[in-house]
Amino acid sequence: MPRWGMVIDLDKCTACGACVVSCQSENNIPYSSPEAKAQGRSISWMSLLPHFMEGEYPHLNFRVLPRPCMQCDNPPCIKVCPVKATYLSKEDGIVGQIYARCIGCRYCTTACPYTVRYFNWYTPQWTEEMKSCLNKDVSVRPKGVVEKCTFCHHRLIRAREKAKAEGRELMPDDYVPACVETCPADAMYFGDLDNHKSIVSELARSTRAFRLMEELGTEPKVIYLAEKR
Amino acid sequence: MKSEGISTEHLGEDAVLLEPIIKTGPRFYIAVFILSAIVGWGVYAYLNQFDKGLGVTGLGVPVYWGIYITNFVFFIGISHAGTLISAILRIAQAEWRRPITRSAEVITVLVLFFGVGNILIDLGRPDRMLNVIKHGNFRSPLLWDVTSISLYLTASTIYLYIPLIPDIAIMRDKLTKRKWLYRTLALGWTGSEKQWKILNTSIAVMAVLVIPIAVSVHTVVSFVFAMTIQPMWHSAIFGPYFVVGAIFSGIAALIIAMAVIRWAYKLENYMKPLHFNYLGILLLVMTLLWFYFTFAEYLTTFYGAEPIHMSVFYAKFSGAYAPYFWSMFAACFIIPFIILCNRKTRTITGTVIASISVTIGMWLERFVIVVPTLANPRLPYERGIYTPTWVEWSIFAGCLASFILLYVLFTKFFPIISIWEIKEGREKALPEAVEKIKSYMPGPAKKAIEEVCE
Repeated sequence: MPRWGMVIDLDKCTACGACVVSCQSENNIPYSSPEAKAQGRSISWMSLLPHFMEGEYPHLNFRVLPRPCMQCDNPPCIKVCPVKATYLSKEDGIVGQIYARCIGCRYCTTACPYTVRYFNWYTPQWTEEMKSCLNKDVSVRPKGVVEKCTFCHHRLIRAREKAKAEGRELMPDDYVPACVETCPADAMYFGDLDNHKSIVSELARSTRAFRLMEELGTEPKVIYLAEKR
Repeated sequence: MKSEGISTEHLGEDAVLLEPIIKTGPRFYIAVFILSAIVGWGVYAYLNQFDKGLGVTGLGVPVYWGIYITNFVFFIGISHAGTLISAILRIAQAEWRRPITRSAEVITVLVLFFGVGNILIDLGRPDRMLNVIKHGNFRSPLLWDVTSISLYLTASTIYLYIPLIPDIAIMRDKLTKRKWLYRTLALGWTGSEKQWKILNTSIAVMAVLVIPIAVSVHTVVSFVFAMTIQPMWHSAIFGPYFVVGAIFSGIAALIIAMAVIRWAYKLENYMKPLHFNYLGILLLVMTLLWFYFTFAEYLTTFYGAEPIHMSVFYAKFSGAYAPYFWSMFAACFIIPFIILCNRKTRTITGTVIASISVTIGMWLERFVIVVPTLANPRLPYERGIYTPTWVEWSIFAGCLASFILLYVLFTKFFPIISIWEIKEGREKALPEAVEKIKSYMPGPAKKAIEEVCE
């Protein structure tokens, strides 16, 4: 069984934000109004966290940390869910969310040390133009449930079905999340961490590799490569 | 005494205990009207939230929990007033418990509904709450709460009901109204020797059973926080800290309730300054225990000085939540300590002022536990400040008003002071006490007691 993981090379990242935008449109993430944004309620499965800032505009030295769900092997969120609405898939190691079962208690959102889980405070809204562009492979969430990055799990299902129809094994290139596919700087990699030949597992062994808050023992499957000096 | 053609003469002076049930004055209707209005307002606020979503609250990222979770912990804490204190006093055979136990036990049973209720109000999808049973995940501390609180509610209801039976039988025999209700609830009580034996055994068994259940309840409530790895929640002291806080706020709530009952129904002959003095001493002990736990918790964090914990620590000590933190400290420690440690101020008024202060302080304590941690998460990019909205305050007011309303209604259906226990105390307490003292007092004192009694 593959253990899907992501590598983000911070040395290559240009902070363009394309991963955020592609994630929003791929996963039917609702449009958030300026008021919602001001209240800290906008949903962004992939976020750019400003982790370094120096100088003043326009002479600004600015670094970001693209942050999807860490897809922990030992996720603190799934233990606390009272209704098993969030789970660690044994098949692919992805932390999923069952929107139709979630009771909206927000225990998982408070238990996640990476703050990657989002709550639908209201019924999601889109403008008319955006409505026609919704991705049919991804369910639209109702109000009152929690949602999160799924490594574009629907793409995995698609890829698996396609491979099966073509009577072949799933190839590494068959399945890539939207953010990785979009990244113009090629700063993101995706693949099977358990496969020693895969590029992600090779990069994960690099001396630049680190994971966020590794000391918590959550075993994230998102690996960062530090900037070169 | 005659009223509505009902004879309560044989009850002697205890007839006054049935008076609230027989006679209803304008004050009652005014109270019910005001309380109902507040409840109605709370219901309106909730419907607004139910319709639009939790967006109408002041919550956001990363403060996902606010007033509702604070209320949940607070109300469950208040529930420790009743059953636990009454059970301890019964087991310790404290004679002065007699007029107190009932009013305490009612608090427990009624307030538990609002503890559980606030969790349901907090849900994004209350329509799916039965998923907790259908898909229950016992690895989640919330399921431990569900289990423990259901057990506690059942046990406390039984523990309230059993000692009510002889009093219900009195009402069945003496009152003309609600005959069917009292007849059903009296379970055919005749007061035979066998029935008394069963009653006393049941009360004794329940009193013992209820104590570990009550302790478990607030322990698992604390586990909701302590089991996560969030800064200043992930603490082993939380179980006992919450239990102590619960008993602390519970005693305070009991003192306030007793003072109101005493004033409203003119029960000065039953609830005396002595009761308030004794409960005041108990409250003083809890004040000191609370301080001890708080000190231990905060000093450990401060001395360790891990940055992640310190950001929460400073948010409470000098940051955005400092007003809440220091009000809590004044209300939970300084004010009650000054009032209660002095015999002269440990009067009825004194203990009531201290209790009001403690109740407010303990609500703030829960708020200060829940919110600052969420506002300062481990990954330091999402920071937020939480300001509750009118919806949240209205629902809180609605919960308080519903609780008081149900309590008032209870006093109109059942005697709030146990009639038979007072009677029993009057008849049996003195000879029992004499026997007890004789059994352990050596030498001349024993003779002296015998002389006094003869």
